[in-house]
Parts: sequence; structure tokens; C-alpha cells
Amino acid sequence: MKLIILDDYDKASEWAAKYIRNRILHFNPGPGRFFTLGLPTGGTPLGCYKKLIEYFKKGELSFKYVKTFNMDEYCVFHELVKAEISHLDMNTKDYHSFMWNNFFKHIDIRAENAHILDGNAVDLQAECDAFEEKIKAVGGIELFVGGIGPDGHIAFNEPGSSLASRTRVKTLALDTILANARFFDGDLSKVPTMALTVGVATVMDAKEVMILITGAHKAFALYKAIEEGVNHMWTVSAFQQHPQTLFVCDEDATLELRVKTVKYFKGEFLLW
Amino acid sequence: MPSNKSVSDAPITQFINCRILRDHRLQRDDLWVREGKILNPEKLFFDEEGFADLQVDCGDGILAPGFIDVQINGGYGVDFSQAADDISGGMALVAKKILEHGVTSFCPTLVTSPPHIYHKVRVHLEGPFISREKRGAHPERYLCSLAGGGLKDLLEVYGSLDNVAIVTLAPEIPGSLEVVRQLKERGITVSLGHSVADLSQAEQAVQHGATFITHLFNAMLPFHHRDPGIVGLLTSDQVPENRTIFYGMIADGIHTNPAALRIAHRAHPAGLVLVTDAITAMGLPPGRHTLGQQDIEIEGLHAYVAGTKTLSGSIATMDMCVRHFQQASGCSLEAALEAASLHPAQLLGISHRKGTLNYGTDADFVLLDDELSVRATYIAGHQVWRK
Repeated sequence: MKLIILDDYDKASEWAAKYIRNRILHFNPGPGRFFTLGLPTGGTPLGCYKKLIEYFKKGELSFKYVKTFNMDEYCVFHELVKAEISHLDMNTKDYHSFMWNNFFKHIDIRAENAHILDGNAVDLQAECDAFEEKIKAVGGIELFVGGIGPDGHIAFNEPGSSLASRTRVKTLALDTILANARFFDGDLSKVPTMALTVGVATVMDAKEVMILITGAHKAFALYKAIEEGVNHMWTVSAFQQHPQTLFVCDEDATLELRVKTVKYFKGEFLLW
Repeated sequence: MPSNKSVSDAPITQFINCRILRDHRLQRDDLWVREGKILNPEKLFFDEEGFADLQVDCGDGILAPGFIDVQINGGYGVDFSQAADDISGGMALVAKKILEHGVTSFCPTLVTSPPHIYHKVRVHLEGPFISREKRGAHPERYLCSLAGGGLKDLLEVYGSLDNVAIVTLAPEIPGSLEVVRQLKERGITVSLGHSVADLSQAEQAVQHGATFITHLFNAMLPFHHRDPGIVGLLTSDQVPENRTIFYGMIADGIHTNPAALRIAHRAHPAGLVLVTDAITAMGLPPGRHTLGQQDIEIEGLHAYVAGTKTLSGSIATMDMCVRHFQQASGCSLEAALEAASLHPAQLLGISHRKGTLNYGTDADFVLLDDELSVRATYIAGHQVWRK
């Protein structure tokens, strides 16, 4: 893997955005030749999305021939809960809203090229299977961008998820529900308890994986993910076995790593 | 770009480079319109995989809901209270002209008139069930009482109430409380005005269903610290829960001293509704003109009952009122705009359709610059006036 360490959140976001931009430009997408990109949600990638929007507005980058696949989406929004949460900030209610408000509405991506799992589907597993088929149909994902939970999860592959898993329905861990309660008026009863998520193996199939990790609260998870063994309790660790993985982080996220590890990667970074 | 919308083939317009008034704030966001309604672009994107057919650059302007004037007596030579045969032609003329002031909906107001005037037009009926003492410009000979039997009297005078949006009456007139209740039952907004009612009479009227005060401070007893009169409704604790008392303010700098405007605004900002109370002469040059059954005289920005110093009505335009209100009260641009759009819509119970830029509402809106001057007006998403 490559571990890219930047001074702070903003610099890490900018580095990641530039990397995505350069990969797309280098790929040179066009009619019939799409760049396929996997995308995350949450607080961590917001800075990266802002930068990508900036590059689009400057005319440096177009998403016209980019197909996106989001990692996950909440599900089981019962009608009663929907009514209760309808007043909440659109950004956080569900991942469709998040992607629209923070990314899609600001760029030139076509709706038919933006794929997000439908948490309201009548047959949830069929929806997951169809998602896997869509990825296969476009020839796989060039670059899958993801984040890491404080419990080391990738997407909603909570501790204990099979490292061979595919897109499926998952029950959310207590840690995740507690962390998300702040988006639902602090009311635990309103937080969705289930989600659709790509599997660990689904992301492993991508040609390249880039994980964004920022903040001291993610430091322990990063340590577990790269300095300990491959372990289904810290599902991001699976990427130790991917030939092309990139971890982009800020100084704070390295707080639990060995000094030796950090110095090694900082040195390697400077030699590029 | 070809459209690929599964729900409708109608063209979609996206207004960009603007700040829209939504959720009580000016937000940098685009406004999407289809088939005369405000469209939810997120739903369009995900559910229909649609996109805009046309983009309109708003030059960094402000998009606000179209203004709603609930008290306007006429303008440009047209007097709504005159029984002209081409009353609809007159109304259409005024409707077109006030687009320049950002007004996209209005209640033509009929002042106290002989009975035959009323049997015509969706209106604000100001009088004749008002106080003799506080009649202002309303001709005394046509004032009526409610002695007969409440609603029956009203119907005798007004004819059908089918097209009535608002009725202004004086609650101290015997029999009026029952009338208030019956009007409210028919979904008509009842307003208190041209009255010498004390606070408790006004509160009783509110408890019977009145929700509006016609041009606060004008044509009512002045505020007194031991009997605040109708003005006291702004801070009354006798108002039923979940009910908002709205009050019209003529913010032309003449009908109300700016300090009084500020007192009312600070006491009860959520209820302030900007009205023009514009008369026939609005938009016309200085001179002598007709209002209801009387003659009036224009001098500069003042309009008097001919031969007196009694104010006859205002000739300020709605956008002038919005600007003046904002400057005099120091309120935010959002609050000034809502006083002319959201609040009147809430008063009339139509805020699910008008007065906001929420998804699914009618696409009546106005493009303004930062000084709140109107640059363009849109109805059902179509530009109907432009500077």
C-alpha cells in the first residue's frame, strides 16, 4: 500500500481530489469509454467533494463520461419514520440527498450514470444483486474511494462481516447507530438500523482502492487496519491484500501508528 | 439536450446564479420550474433521471416569492369600487401594471359602497360594517349596521360571499361577533378595522375567528397603556393557541411613523403583513381622482380626501413598501421579503401554494437586486415583466 500523510484535513482533501482528477484525466474518458468511480459518504469526503466541484467549475474536469457507484445507503425507512424525519436537514437524511446536495447538483454528471443503492426497494436482496450486476456490466470499478469507521469498517461492513462478502443488507452496529444519532435529532429511535452496503470483496474487485482517513478519532482504526493483521473485526484491513491500495490521511490520523511506519511513508512520499 | 423525463415532457427551466429565499434564509441554490410549479431537482435527478432544458442566469440576484397585496383599492385610474361594466378589464390592467412592483397575487379591495357594487367580484371587503367615527375615507351614508340578523345583513349587502377572501369589520358593532364566527366557518378571513373597539372587544372577535387587523394604527383607537385597543392584539394573551394574529402595515413612510412601525414589528414580527392600500391614483400623476364614491387629491406622495387633510389611501407601490419597511425596521432582507409574501399567504391560508419557493408551489416569483428593486417578475415560471 501507499500511505500518504498530509498536514491537515484540508490538505488531505485536496490531495485526494487532485488524485481523482488526475486519474480521470489520464484515463481520458469519452463516449462509450467511461471512468468508473466508487464513492463514499460522511464527513470525511466532504472536503474532497468540494475540491472536485472546484475543478469542475474551473473547467479542468468533466463528469460527463464518469459513472459513479456509491458504497451504501440506509434502508427500512418506514412511512412513520419518514414523516418524523422529514423536517431534518436533507444532507443527512439519506445518502441520495447527501450525494445530490454535496456533489451531483454541482457537477455535470448524468443521472443515469450515478448509481446508488435504493434503500426503499421492495426486494432488498434483489436490489443488491442488481447493483453487483451493474458493476459487472460496466467492466468493474477503476477507482473505489472509501472511508473508515471508528470501528474500522469499510462502507457498512461492520466488525464481523465476512471479508468475502458481496453487496447485501446489513444490520448496523451499535457504535454506528450511536455515531449517527446526531443526524436524527439525537433520537435513537429514528436512526435506521439497517443498510444496504457493498461487500468487502466488492470493493476488493476494484482496480484501485483509495481510503480517506482524517482525524484523531480514526487513528486507532487506521492502526488496526495497517499495522495489525487481516481481521474481519477491522474490515478495512482486507485491503492489505489488494495490489493497489492508497491510504490518504492527515497527521492526526497517524497518532496511533509507530513512528517507524510514519517516517517510512513520509520518506517514500518525498521521493516521488 | 434531449429530454428523457418519464413523468412529463414539459420543458424544465433552471434558474442559476441566484440566491433564493427558502426556509426563511437567502441560500445560494438553483430554482427549478416545470409546468408552472417549483420542481424538486433531487427527485428529478434520481426518480426521473431528468435535467434542465433551459438555464436562466439570474446575475447573482435574489429570487423571492411573488408579493401578495391583500389591500389594494385600485390603481392606474382604475377604481375597484366603481361599478364599471368592464371591471374585469380594469382589474386586468392593474394586475398587469403591479407586476412591475413584484406583485403576483392580490385581493382587490372594495371600500364601503352602495349595495349594488358588491355583487360582482374574489375580494377584500372593507366595510360597510365599520365604525362611523373611524370611517376614514369611507362615505358615511353607506355605512351599515348588523341589526337585522348577522350574516343575513351581510348577504343583503354583499350578495354572494363566494368570491370573498377577506372582510373588514368593526367588532364593537352589535351582532358582529356572530357574523365573525359565520364568516370564519365559510373560510373567509375576518379582519378588524375602522373601529373604536377596546382590547377586550377585539379579543372577543379574535376568539370568534378574526385573524387580521386592517392597516394597524390607522382608523382605530390609538394605543393607550390602560386600554391598548386593537393594537393590543399584537401582544394579547387571549389569542387562541396556534393562532397567529396578522396585521396589515402601510409602510409608505406616511401612514405610519417609522418608530411606530418598529414598535409593531418588534412586538410581533411574525404577524406583519405589508399592504399598499393603494388607491386609484397609484401610478397616476398629481391631481384630482375618484375613490369609491368620493373625490381625492394627490400631492406628491400623499393622497387626501379632497378639501380635507384626511388620508385617503396610499399611492406607494409594494416594492417601495418592502424597501421602506426594511430600512425603517432594520430587519433582514429575508424578513422584509416574507412580510410581503409568506405572511399574506399564511393569512389567507394559501401558503401551501403561494408565498414560498417550496417544491410543488406555484412558480410565482420575483428577481430583485440587493437594494430590493424589482428586476423581473415571473408567473408560473414565465417572465411577465422585466426592467
